[in-house]
This record gives sequence, structure tokens and C-alpha cells, in this order.
Amino acid sequence: MATLDTIDMADLDAQATARPRRWHIAVFLAPAVLIYTVVMILPLVETLWLSLLRVDPKTNTSFFAGLVNFQTLFGDPRWSASFWNALRNNVWFFIINMVVQNPIGVALAALLSVPTLKGRAFYRTAIFLPTILSFVIVGFIWKLILSPLWGVAPSLLKSVGLRHLFHPWLGMADSALTTVSLISVWQFIGIPMMLIYAALLSIPDEVLEAAEIDGITGWSQFWKIKLPLILPTIGIISILTFVGNFNAFDLIYVTQGALAGPNFSTDILGTFLYRTFFGYQLQLGDPNMGAAIATVMFAIILVGVCIYLFGVQRRLRRYQF
Amino acid sequence: MSRARFSLPRSAAMHAALILYTIIAVAPVLLIIINSFKDRRAIFSHPLALPGPKSFSLVGYQAVFSQGSFLTYFENSLIVTVVSIALVLLFGAMAAFALSEYRFRGNTLMGLYLALGIMIPIRLGTIAILKLMVATHLVDTLTALILVYTAQGLPLAIFILSEFMHGVSDDLKNAGRIDGLSEYRIFFRLVLPLIRPAMATVAVFTMIPIWNDLWFPLILAPSEATKTVTLGAQMFLGQFVTNWNAVLSALSLAILPVLILYLIFSRQLIRGITSGAVK
Repeated sequence: MATLDTIDMADLDAQATARPRRWHIAVFLAPAVLIYTVVMILPLVETLWLSLLRVDPKTNTSFFAGLVNFQTLFGDPRWSASFWNALRNNVWFFIINMVVQNPIGVALAALLSVPTLKGRAFYRTAIFLPTILSFVIVGFIWKLILSPLWGVAPSLLKSVGLRHLFHPWLGMADSALTTVSLISVWQFIGIPMMLIYAALLSIPDEVLEAAEIDGITGWSQFWKIKLPLILPTIGIISILTFVGNFNAFDLIYVTQGALAGPNFSTDILGTFLYRTFFGYQLQLGDPNMGAAIATVMFAIILVGVCIYLFGVQRRLRRYQF
Repeated sequence: MSRARFSLPRSAAMHAALILYTIIAVAPVLLIIINSFKDRRAIFSHPLALPGPKSFSLVGYQAVFSQGSFLTYFENSLIVTVVSIALVLLFGAMAAFALSEYRFRGNTLMGLYLALGIMIPIRLGTIAILKLMVATHLVDTLTALILVYTAQGLPLAIFILSEFMHGVSDDLKNAGRIDGLSEYRIFFRLVLPLIRPAMATVAVFTMIPIWNDLWFPLILAPSEATKTVTLGAQMFLGQFVTNWNAVLSALSLAILPVLILYLIFSRQLIRGITSGAVK
């Protein structure tokens, strides 16, 4: 069958070269390629280019400046302090997301995939709910709940005798970033849960039955059979989280404002880019420095994606059923 | 056979764990909605109580409707989301058809080029996008947002849809060709109806980030006439931060439409995520 197909295709190709140009292919591709190129790819390329330019303050014209913006970003103590602070915070944001969402996601998915469980649709729907809400809603919900003014969080803690544990977490430099990261986990836990759940369901019964015949059941079945089979899914979740976290902006902007307070303790690359581009307080916006930061973010994401594609994904064995 | 393993205490423990997490997920949202129907005193003295005949109040909603132009914001969000999804689906399906149906020089390269956007966030090009929109006088128009969201949605749509297009029977298409249908008719009459389930999946995946986006409305269309619900709510909440009734009501108004749509379509959404199209 396969050989027949290829012969057919070769035939068609031979005819195609003999036929006049197949314009319909161009017509089918044109709108998507045009919009994608003009609105997405060219601006991305232009942003990389803008990071190499400076504006002459006297004539107000751009000129090629080489790597001057990057020298400022990494060399000027004020810029580099802000940059490394944002990058460090961003890494911590990502770590908290990964460390908290994956175990909880796997645990919830494992519970949901138990065949005898009743009320599965209800649990699924309820736990996925925060994922569909916008950052604005999520950010404000938690801002209100954690606010010492309203007192929902303190009174809840009081009811279990832990009132002394309450602090205005979002307002304190030590805990604000971790709190925002946990809010982000709360919002997005549905995605790892559903993807892992789907991966668990796609494990064929024969594999599990074979394991049971070999006496591998319960916990050891989960660790030895199921977990290795869902590792590729966890890899995909990790890279999705990585890309999402390293261009995150909205949640921090909503809960902590563009200044990513208190004292820049929640500043990540996205908010740093926004402030640099648009300016804040007395500092004027600087598109070229903004472009330089966007270029660095681009490089970080590219490195992450490459590590995933060439390092992680190749090594994870894909099981074909 | 496996039933014996799940004894009653075990099943109770499972439900307890799931119920606990369900409460963590849902309670914060319910708390906001419940308190939006209470008067200011009850919000602070009994935040966890349901609104009673004494504490029931709509003063927050009145404040929202008298101050904000939420209907305009809602309309803007609706226009942007619906038009973007329509364009993503139409153009995405056309491109996916070209890539999966025909062999031509550069096919693989084109596929890779279009797939780049799945991993690289369009936000990184914002500075040049704003320049582009300024140059074409599209700042503060819904068109700017629609163009950006269409470009943003296309890569994943093309990727998912071409997977599905491979599954459409060649015999059917060839039968159409023998009957003299043009390639365009084959696409619109034969193929499109067959991939409708995949289109629904793509629509849901495209819709949520567009509806919830704050970044591009903030940068490209912050004017009063073009604000989306997300941006409008953000601005309103920032201004009325001390008026708790108004804040809680505005939040509830932003939650409710999404919540209702979600309860109607949650089955399709979850089926879409788990259908294996996005692995």
C-alpha cells in the first residue's frame, strides 16, 4: 500500500511539473502567510534590528550603534542590577511554577483517571475553572482575598488556629514573588492536569494488564509503568510553562502594578520590558533599550526551546502503541 | 478484577483529596460573586456568609453601570474575539490544506516557518508592532488587535488542522476531482465540513488567550472607545480600588459571561484538550 501511494504521488508530481503553475496552492497559502509574516515575523526581526540602533537626541534620528544597548544593559550598574534582578525573579517564578504544578497536576490526573471514580466530569470542570479566567480577574480575586483590609485570609486562618501565620504576603518583599507564583499555579493547574490525564487515559489496557499479570499493581505500577509513559507529556508541559513564564507580564502588572513592587521584588522580564519601553515615573521610555531586552528574552526562550527539542525530547523514548 | 483494590476507605480518601482541591479552585471565585451582592458592612463583618435579606444589596452593580461603559467594552471584546477566530479558522484551514494536500517545492520549509510562531511569543515583537500600527494609523482601532491576534493564533491552528487534514480520505477528494470540482470547491465543500470537530478545538484554544489578553489592548488600543473587557475591568478596578462594592461587582460582571460560556462548553473544551491533537 505504501509503495503504491508513493508511486501515485510521484506520478502526480510528474504531471504537476507538466501542468501550468498550480495557482490554487498560492491562493490557499497567501492570506495566512501574509498576515503571519507582516504582523509577527517582520516585527520580531525588526525588534532584533532596533536593539542595535540608538536615537540621536539632537536630530531625533536613528543610527546604527552596534552592541551599545547591550553594553548598557549588562555594563551600566543601574541597568544590569535591574536586569539581573528581573532575570533572577523570573527564574524563581518558573521554578515555583514547575515544582508546585507538576506534582499536583500528576496527583490530580492520577486520581481522575481511576476507572471506578464517580463524579469525574464535575471535578474536571471545577478544577479547570480558574484557567479560563483572565489575569485581571485572577489577580484581583487574590489581591482582595489576601488583603489585610478585608480579612478573609486572616479569619480563615483564625478558624484553624493559625491566625499568627497571616502576613500581607503580597505587600512584603520577601514573600511577594512566591505568592504571585503560587497564584499563577492556582490559575494554570488545569492545563498540566488535563494533559497528564489525557496521557494516562491513552495508556492501553494491554500494558496495564500485562503489568498486573507480572504482579505490578498499585503504587509500584504508577511509578514503574505509568510515570515513564507520561514523561513526554511532562516534557511538553515544562516547555509550555517555560515559554509562558518567560514572557509573563499580566499577572504581575495586575497585582503589583508596572513597578512590580514592593521594591521591584516581583519584577520579571516582561514587566522590566514594559517599563523600559514605555517609561515610568521620571524615566522616559526607550524603545531601543526595550528592543534589547526583548532580544535577550528571545534568546532565553530560544535556548530553552532548543534544549527541549534537542536535549530532552530526543532522550525521552516515545512509546508507540 | 481491579475493583477489589478500591475499597471504601480508599475511595473516600480519593474523593476527599479531590473535593479539597475543588474547594481551593472554586471557592475564591464564589467568594467574590457572593460578596458582590452584599452591602458594605456585611462584606467586611461576614465575608463568608451568603447574602441574606438584611445584607442583600446591588449598590456595587449600580456603581459599575453608572460609571463604566462596560457594554461598550463587552462589545469590543466580542468583535475582536469573534473576527479573530473567524480569520484564524478560515486562513489557518486554507494554509493547512495547502500544506497537507499538495506536494510542492518548499512545502516542509513553509511548514516549519509557520510553526515557528508556536514557540516564539508574538509579544517580543511588540515594539515593532506598535511602530507598524502607528505608521498605518491603526493605533486605537480594533483592527490592530484583530490583526495581531490572527497572526498569533495562526501557527497553532495550522499545526492542529493539518494533522486532521491528513486524516481526510483521499478517495473522497479524488472522486470530487473526477466529478470536475475545482480545488477550491473540494476544500470548501468536501474538506471543511469534515474537519469541523478540529475547528471547534482550535476555536477554543484561540479564544481564551484573546479574550483574556491585557498586553496588546493596553499598548495598541487603550482609548475609551476601543477598550476590551479585560482592559476596562483593569482600569476600573484600579480607579475604584477603595469602593469595595463596585470592585466586587465589576469582577463578578467580568467573571459571569465567561463562567456561563464555560459551563455550556466545558465538555467540548476538555474533549478538545484531551483529544490528542495537542500532545
